[in-house]
Amino acid sequence: MAEADVQDGRALAVGGELPIVRLRHWGRWVSGVVVLGLLALLGVALAQAQVQYGSVPEFLWYRVILVGLLNTVVLAVVAQGSAIVIGVVIALMRRSVNPVARWFAAAYIWLFRGLPVLLQILIWYNLALVFTYISIPLPFGGYLLHEQTNVLVTAFVAALLGLALNESAYMAEIVRAGLNSVDQGQAEAAKSIGMGPLLTLRRVVLPQAMRVIIPPTGNDFINMLKGTSIASVIGVTELIHAANNISSNNLLVMETLLAAAIWYMVVVTVAGVGQHYLERAFDAADRTGSAGGPWSRAARALRTAPTVRSRDV
Amino acid sequence: MSDAGLEQPLLRAVGVRKRFGDTEVLRGIDLTVSKGKVVCLLGPSGAGKSTFLRCINHLETIDGGQVWVDGEPIGFRLRHGKLYELPEREVAKQRRHIGMVFQRFNLFAHRTVLENVAEGPVRVLGVATGDARREALALLDRVGLAHRADAYPGQLSGGQQQRVAIARSLAMRPKLMLFDEPTSALDPELVGEVLEVMRALAAEDMTMIVVTHEMGFAREVADEVVFMVDGAVVETGPPSQVLAAPRHERTRQFLARVL
Repeated sequence: MAEADVQDGRALAVGGELPIVRLRHWGRWVSGVVVLGLLALLGVALAQAQVQYGSVPEFLWYRVILVGLLNTVVLAVVAQGSAIVIGVVIALMRRSVNPVARWFAAAYIWLFRGLPVLLQILIWYNLALVFTYISIPLPFGGYLLHEQTNVLVTAFVAALLGLALNESAYMAEIVRAGLNSVDQGQAEAAKSIGMGPLLTLRRVVLPQAMRVIIPPTGNDFINMLKGTSIASVIGVTELIHAANNISSNNLLVMETLLAAAIWYMVVVTVAGVGQHYLERAFDAADRTGSAGGPWSRAARALRTAPTVRSRDV
Repeated sequence: MSDAGLEQPLLRAVGVRKRFGDTEVLRGIDLTVSKGKVVCLLGPSGAGKSTFLRCINHLETIDGGQVWVDGEPIGFRLRHGKLYELPEREVAKQRRHIGMVFQRFNLFAHRTVLENVAEGPVRVLGVATGDARREALALLDRVGLAHRADAYPGQLSGGQQQRVAIARSLAMRPKLMLFDEPTSALDPELVGEVLEVMRALAAEDMTMIVVTHEMGFAREVADEVVFMVDGAVVETGPPSQVLAAPRHERTRQFLARVL
């Protein structure tokens, strides 16, 4: 250090302010440039690919693709919805004092979580091979339901059953974890003001379990949206099957798959945003302000679309 | 039981026994509490005070004996000289008018202070929401917390939470209030505000059973103190006698340690 600097320093340190030179993060600049460079190369490669990008937007709105989109969404929503309901029931049985209920729930989860979804779907789809008719007889003759299995269990229904039952086993575990996360004292307090078991569950325990239940459920739902593609194997016209339908005519395989890919990303993004708002709504307990139930809070949050995304509200 | 001349006690516990696995936590507890009286349960930890309190509103099932509140056997129905165990939803009805305040407050964390207090009247008693909220606000005013009606429990101090918990119990218009170590989880400087509310309640002739380690409160407010050790009642009497001139050796030892 030069003598002059030291002198300067002493002089400035007494009264004035010393300028600060920030550390240059050279590594960040280098890695940033490398990533951008690789992306540029990828872009060049994609531009040279033999894909008729121009036809993709057109495929997006093909009737069969839209039917496929609708089927994908309906299949995912109905399957996930049923799985949540069944999952809650199985989770409650798993926590029951009744050993038979506990045992049944454990076996249910073991079975439906253990088998591949594809296998489950194929079993439902081929049910007619072993049961020609499905009947629910009435006690004094006649039937409440009597129909050929082939008519009842269509490809769509088989896919729905397979997806819903498989997912319900996972939901049961998610719900169980959620219920276990709520302090026992909450249920006791509810009992102490005269709430019965159902009211306690509905008003006190489940709403608080939601904080733990929602994130993995959102995760599963996104998986479900994509997982519906497996239904194409038994000929359900979901997005991928629809894309294949088109490409088998015009041989534009990549173009139609890209159209399907875009729809998947759209649907999954919407689901992700929905999950974000649900989480915020049920997370309100330890926040300031906003009163009202979680649903009304979610609605309010949606109306006043936030410009800043932050996890530490 | 309903002799015309005798006033029926509000609580009558007879020979209450309870075991957890191999350990007998209650070995036949008898306790009678008349309307408007304040009884404090004292004793070393592990004596079974809290367990006994939880038996009174059937949060714990009892293995023997009976608990009568206002002439009703809690957890059971009396028919043909036998006590038939009630299903949980029927027990819930019996609990409506037995308030309970917990050591750890147990306010509903997902609801505001006002919603906590109004929840019971609206959902259990079927009071109209508007009326319940008005009444809840009045109760919150009584415990000095009307200004925090829209806060969530997590935003309150321990003392404030416990006062809300008391208001929540009072909203059910209880005949009997059970307090399970209501100040044990509080910072020392917050104990006073909770005891203040309890003193006011006692002054209004609320029937109260209080498990506590606050000897000052017991001496000042209790009509009777019950000293328990190892699941049994050792000594009972007015605080002036039990606390000042205990007859039993165990009581003397305990008091020497806490006073």
